[in-house]
Amino acid sequence: MNRTFSIGGVHPHDSKISKDCAIEALPLPPTVYISVAQHIGAPAKPIVAPGDKVKVGQPIAEPGGFVSAFIHSSVSGTVKSIAPRADLAGNKQMCIEIAVEGDEWYEGIDTSDTLNTDFSDDNKEIIEKIRLGGIVGLGGATFPTHVKLSPPPGKVCETLIINGCECEPYLTSDYRTLLEKGPQVVTGTAILKQALSVDKAVIAIEENKPQAIEYINKLLSDLRKVSSKYTGITVMSLRKRYPQGGEKQLIDAVMHRQVKSGGLPIDVGAVVQNVGTALAVYDAVQKRKPLIDNTITVTGECFPRQANLLVRVGTPLSFIIDYLGGMPADAAKVISGGPMMGKAISNLDAATLKGTSSLLFLTEKQTRRRPESSCIRCGRCADACPMGLEPFLLNRLAHAGLTDELEKNAVQDCIECGCCLYSCPANIPLLDHIRQAKGQVMGIIRARAAAAKAAASK
Amino acid sequence: MSQTIIWTIVIIAVLGLVLALVLWFIAEKFKVVEDPRIDEVEKVMPGANCGGCGFAGCRAFADSAVKAENLDNHFCPVGGNDVMQKVAAILGHEVKAKAPQVAVVRCNGTCEARPVVNDYDGAATCRVKAALYSGDTGCSYGCLGCGDCVSACQFGALSMDPATGLPVVDEEKCTACGACVKACPKAIIELRAKGPRGMRMFVSCVNKDKGPSVKKACANACIGCGICFKTCTHDAIVFDSNVAYIDYSKCKLCRECEAFCPTEAIHAVNFPKPLDKDAVKARVNERKKKAAEAAAAAQTTVKEDKQ
Repeated sequence: MNRTFSIGGVHPHDSKISKDCAIEALPLPPTVYISVAQHIGAPAKPIVAPGDKVKVGQPIAEPGGFVSAFIHSSVSGTVKSIAPRADLAGNKQMCIEIAVEGDEWYEGIDTSDTLNTDFSDDNKEIIEKIRLGGIVGLGGATFPTHVKLSPPPGKVCETLIINGCECEPYLTSDYRTLLEKGPQVVTGTAILKQALSVDKAVIAIEENKPQAIEYINKLLSDLRKVSSKYTGITVMSLRKRYPQGGEKQLIDAVMHRQVKSGGLPIDVGAVVQNVGTALAVYDAVQKRKPLIDNTITVTGECFPRQANLLVRVGTPLSFIIDYLGGMPADAAKVISGGPMMGKAISNLDAATLKGTSSLLFLTEKQTRRRPESSCIRCGRCADACPMGLEPFLLNRLAHAGLTDELEKNAVQDCIECGCCLYSCPANIPLLDHIRQAKGQVMGIIRARAAAAKAAASK
Repeated sequence: MSQTIIWTIVIIAVLGLVLALVLWFIAEKFKVVEDPRIDEVEKVMPGANCGGCGFAGCRAFADSAVKAENLDNHFCPVGGNDVMQKVAAILGHEVKAKAPQVAVVRCNGTCEARPVVNDYDGAATCRVKAALYSGDTGCSYGCLGCGDCVSACQFGALSMDPATGLPVVDEEKCTACGACVKACPKAIIELRAKGPRGMRMFVSCVNKDKGPSVKKACANACIGCGICFKTCTHDAIVFDSNVAYIDYSKCKLCRECEAFCPTEAIHAVNFPKPLDKDAVKARVNERKKKAAEAAAAAQTTVKEDKQ
C-alpha cells in the first residue's frame, strides 16, 4: 500500500479529462499585460519606461525587497504603458503593457531544444541564476524559489521533495510536463538538489499517474549510469488523496514528519518544489531562459476543446478562450486553478500570471451552491481537515468575530484546501468565513510581530 | 415535639447571627473603595454599551472619565452633548459642545446606475466578499450590498433599500457610534456633522479610478472632473486621487458645486427647496465673468502704469 498523509483529506473525482492532450504552444497575443505583483512578497519595481523596446526574456522589473522576484518580458515589442489594471479578481494591480512585435529573444538565452544534463556544482552560481531568472514556486503559492533555496542559518535540509502529486481534480499541466519534459524536470531536480547540498531527493507522484511514474523511473536509471549527480533521486508513488499536494501534507506523506503550527518545512529538514518549478529551474540554469511562460490546463466538461497550453506570462484570458473556440454558452463559472482551491475569475480581460495553472469552465449545475442549512454537529468537517482543525468551531468564532479564540484554535494554520466545505452535508460556507477570519488573525499576528520588533530595536 | 421546634429555631437563629457577623467582618476587611461618582456617571449614560466611545461599555467609560483630568478624550456619541453636559456637571469639568454627527453612505451606485457584471454565490457578508474579489459590479470601490453595516448597527438605524441595493441611514435613530464605519470593508460610510437643521452636503462616491473607467462602471460616480473644486469659493473641496471630498467644517452649504456636478455625485440633504440649477449656474458664471473683467482691467492698468 502506498503512503499518504496521516489525517483528514477527501477523495474528489479526479476528472482529468485533458490528460491525453499534448502541450501545445499558444500563438503570441497582440498585447500582453505583465503584472509586477506575480509572487508572494514585495511587488517588483519596473525598470522600463513607456516607449522602450524590449525583447523576450529581458528583465523589465527588479525585486522590490528580499522576498521578491525579477520579472521578464514574455514577448518582444514596445512598452505601451505602466498603469494599474484589473486582475483576475477585479482588483487593480500595476501592469506593464507591451505591444507584441515579432519574437526576438534577449541576448544570451539558449533557445535550442538540446538537452543538457550536466551542470556546474557551484551552489551560489545556481541560486544566483535562479534569482536572475525570476523563478517562483509554480505549485500555487508563487514563493520566490531562490529564497526557499537559502535556508536560514542553523537549519539543515535533508530531503528535497519534488511535488508531482497534482491532487486537484481536472489539472493536468504537471502530468503533461512530466511526460513531455521528463529529462528537463529530472535535471532541474538534480540542480535543485545540488543547490541545497542534499543527498536525497524524492519525486512524489500520485498512483493515478502510472505512466509518469514509469517514465521518470526509467529516465533516472539511465541518467544514474551517466552521472553521479543523479544518485539519490527516487520516485515515490503516493496513494491518491486530496490535498496531498499541500506542502505540509506532502512532507507528512513522504517523510512521516509533521511541521508544527507556525513552522516551516525546513524545520523538519524538507524543502518542497513543484514539477513546474523544477522545469523552470532547468531552463534558467541550463538555458538562461527566465520564467516567461508556463503550462496552463484549459478544461471543463462544457468546454469544447480540452488543452494543455504553453502560455506566455501576461496573455489576456480572453485571447486564450478565443483561440480555443470561444466561451461555451453553458459555462457559468470560470476558475483559475483547480475546483477545490482555485478562485473564480470575475474579469476575463485579466492577464495570466506566472502562477496561473489552469482555466476551468464549470456549468451552472456543477458550480451553484446548494442552500445552506443548520450545522448538525456531525463532525465531518473536523474529520476531513488535513490540518487537524475544527472548521465548525472556527466558523462560529469567525461569525462572532472572536479573534483571540480564533488564534487559540489555530485558524492561521488553515491551508484553505476546502475539504471542510466539500464534506459539509449542510452546505455551510465554512471556508468562506474561515478564510476571512484567517486573514484578520494573520494581520493581528503580523502587527504584533512588527510591534515586538520595533520595541526590541529601541 | 414543641421542644424540637424551639431548639431548631434557636440553633438556626444563632447560626444565622454568627454567619452574618463573619460576612460583615470579611466585607469590612476586604472593602473596595470605589469613587461613588463612577456610579453617578454611569446612571446618566445611555446604557447602550455600544462601544462607540472607544471603551468597552458605559461603565468602562464612566470609570475612565472619573479618573481623567479633563474630558477632551471622552465623548459619548450616543448621548451627545446633553449627556456630556451631565457628566461634566458631576465631575466638575468643562466640556466643549461637539457638532452632532450622523453616518453618511458615500456610494450612490444604484442597481440602474451600476449594473451587475457577475453573479456572487458565496457567503453573503461584505467582509467575505471583499476578501475574495472586487465586487459584482464594475466598480471596485462601491457598496457590496450584503449589509454588514446593517447587522453592525445596534440602534436599527440602517436598512438596505431593495430598490437601490444600498444601505439607508435613519437620521433619527443614528447615534453616530461608528459601528457601521468599522464594519464596512470598503470604507464607504463616514461620520459627518449633521449640519444646521440637518442640512449637509457630501460627495456620494469614493471611486479613485480615472474618469473614463469610472463612468463605464457607474453612471452616478464622481468622475474626478474637478469642476466642483474650481467652483467652490470656500476652499471646502479637497480633490485627491480622482475623487472630490467636501470638508464639512469649511462648507457653507451654498450648493454651487452641486449645480455644476455633471454626474450628480454631490448630494445635498434636508434642504427645504430643490436646487434651481440654472439660476445658480447663471449666478456663478456672472461672478466669474466679472472677476475675469476685473482681472483684465487690472492688467491693462498695470500695463498703462508701466508705459
